[in-house]
Amino acid sequence: MIRVFLKWGALAVLVAAALYLILALYLQREFVFAMLFLVLTASAVAVFVSKKLYAHRYIFPAIAGMGLFVIFPLMYTVGIGFTNYSATNLLSFEQVKDNLLSRTYQSEAVRYDFSTYRTDEGYVLYLEGEQQSLATPPLELASGESRAPLFPVESAPAGEPLQIRDIIKLRQELSGLTLVTDDNRELSQASLRSFAAIHPQFTLHENGTLTNNQTGETYFPNHEIGFYVNGKGEKLVPGWTVNIGWANYVKVVTDPSISGPFLQIFIWTLSFAVATVIFTLALGLLLANLLQWEQIRGKGFYRTMLILPYAVPAFISILVFKGLFNQNFGEINLVLEGLFGVRPDWFSDPALARTMILIVNTWLGYPYMMLLCMGLLQAIPKDLYEASAMDGAGPINNLFNITLPLIIKPLMPLLIASFAFNFNNFVLIALLTGGAPDIIGASTPAGTTDLLVSYTYRIAFQDSGQNFGLAAAIATVIFLVVGALSLINLKLSKVKV
Amino acid sequence: MAMVQPRSTKYRVLASHIGMLAFIAVILFPLLMVISISFRSGNFAAGSLLPENPSLEHWYLALGIPYTDADGVTTQPPFPVLLWLWNSIKVAVVSSVLILALSTTSAYAFARMRFSGKGFVLKSMLIFQMFPPVLSLVALYALFDQIGNHVSWLGLNTHGAVIVASLGGMALHIWTIKGYFDSIDRSLEEAAIVDGATTWQAFRYILLPLSVPILVVVFILAFIMTIMEYPMASVLLVDTDKLTLAVGAQQYLYEQNYLWGDFAAAAVLSGLPITVIFLYCQKWIVGGLTAGGVKG
Repeated sequence: MIRVFLKWGALAVLVAAALYLILALYLQREFVFAMLFLVLTASAVAVFVSKKLYAHRYIFPAIAGMGLFVIFPLMYTVGIGFTNYSATNLLSFEQVKDNLLSRTYQSEAVRYDFSTYRTDEGYVLYLEGEQQSLATPPLELASGESRAPLFPVESAPAGEPLQIRDIIKLRQELSGLTLVTDDNRELSQASLRSFAAIHPQFTLHENGTLTNNQTGETYFPNHEIGFYVNGKGEKLVPGWTVNIGWANYVKVVTDPSISGPFLQIFIWTLSFAVATVIFTLALGLLLANLLQWEQIRGKGFYRTMLILPYAVPAFISILVFKGLFNQNFGEINLVLEGLFGVRPDWFSDPALARTMILIVNTWLGYPYMMLLCMGLLQAIPKDLYEASAMDGAGPINNLFNITLPLIIKPLMPLLIASFAFNFNNFVLIALLTGGAPDIIGASTPAGTTDLLVSYTYRIAFQDSGQNFGLAAAIATVIFLVVGALSLINLKLSKVKV
Repeated sequence: MAMVQPRSTKYRVLASHIGMLAFIAVILFPLLMVISISFRSGNFAAGSLLPENPSLEHWYLALGIPYTDADGVTTQPPFPVLLWLWNSIKVAVVSSVLILALSTTSAYAFARMRFSGKGFVLKSMLIFQMFPPVLSLVALYALFDQIGNHVSWLGLNTHGAVIVASLGGMALHIWTIKGYFDSIDRSLEEAAIVDGATTWQAFRYILLPLSVPILVVVFILAFIMTIMEYPMASVLLVDTDKLTLAVGAQQYLYEQNYLWGDFAAAAVLSGLPITVIFLYCQKWIVGGLTAGGVKG
């Protein structure tokens, strides 16, 4: 009985918390996220209430986790790819309008010299005008935004005003202060000696246009590009996020400062992934063959030593290589200089940087291939080699006529997975070169060693423009490549469910 | 033993040994070098593999102890390495426990129960598994930004966010455990259910005790994978004292502030335990890894 109560009680509490979150998101006009959590909560309730969906209770948390952190971000990213979401277009239209309408400017016409008096109850600000002088009641000055009323007075308060250096000390408190006269005009500090009237910068008209009260110019909301624009085509920043259709994709294809680097990076990404798979496989297969050879003693020792690069956490070994390859202090260049008298500049020369990346990645990746091949080699019947030895075949013949044909089929899905992994090997690039050296003439950050993933990461998070829309469009292209690869993989490996 | 042996076998065995030893020497060079560098004094010193004047300064700093050299100059530790290591371990342990609990129950349902959409869900999990989270970082960032506005311990710059985000990658573990469950005869559980046990009891008291080995493997796998996770943590965590080791370690090697020696000590200190765990468990881990095709 108590258990039943507990169960329903816990469910009710969770649902209440979720509904609160959904409502809060909805009120903030975050409809996509409100919808996401609504779907999540609804399916959770359905699964835990319905007797028919009993089995789904077990899989729900895992599926929900995957939905929330893999599938939703994936779809959201594809969606962003069709918008102009970026550092200048982060907000929604309503937020941009509110932001612009809350802006103010100080007029030169209404200006008062001010002095500050310290009294027992607090500070009094005295504003001296030609016709009318004004003063505040005693104030507790605190930093941050604050407002205080102003009243007409006949003369300055008694006592000596504060010196300029004391006013400088109060600068933070004074700059956030807005003074309001009894006829509702607002004043703020204009300089160390004066206060001036502040006016709203923009006035909103019924037809949705904004007028700049200072210059008199009119701005029209343009929902095609997500900016307020005036007749001369000048934009007001910030803009808002709008759907711009295929524009990001068109830009990737037609804008030479993007399409050039994109193509170069795409080709490098493909060659990097293919080369990595070939090098690691060749090395791994060779070593696996040696380790399988019955004549070799001390297999345990060799195996442990050869596996070591795989056992060291990748983020540490990549950084170790970054230090070892350093042009001036790196140990690799010290050795090379000692032996051959050369000091290659591994991080500034594109070809050398790419060579270095391939060396490091082969070092990182061959133990995995070796382990795979060792498993597969064990399954090959020994008498095949006996027979070939009788016929006088050498190791090369054995490799191409027996070993490879027998292991290539089970190996294929794993090679594709390895290709897909290296196609997206973000950690290696981010930690080793960060994409450097840069491609000259690119409008977004793009490097000669960048892979497509690190390229999108840099567009989104390292460029000052933070062009999330463009990054998401490129990410979508990668999704398609990865999706195709994993479908092929599923077919090849004949997964049984 | 092969019956037919060419005459040159002896030389070929010898050549293989020499070749492999030479190869291992090249492969281990970076690792030995970094250990050696951690004992050299200064951050720019060059020298042989065995340091001539061994110094423990980098080790003091890595362990968070200020170091005073012979001239009386005191150096403060540049980064809180032990705190980073602790952050990493904390995040990894909590994530792994959650991943283990959730993927075990899911795997049980996939292995033993019949329900609609089972094959479809299993296959889609395999496909989505291959999409790297780096690509949807913008969306993940926005997601945690939104959640953080209402649930502060799950927002940006919290370990909660990193832990929860790691739950997206359970597909591999579900497949591994499901494979193991499939290999266990289900007649015991069926007998228990005939005797009146509920499905949950059959799972909890019969299947789980039989599957301890695979659960250990999955736990260690999940632990190592979260310790090494870089992209998500690098975007979600900001403050220096919140960073995990994978994100923090690179701060040693900025061009402007190149702390090669300090990095070496920190790398050995933090990398060694993980390496030892991996080598110790390699037999089991390798099976799991090769099944899923992670890590390159």
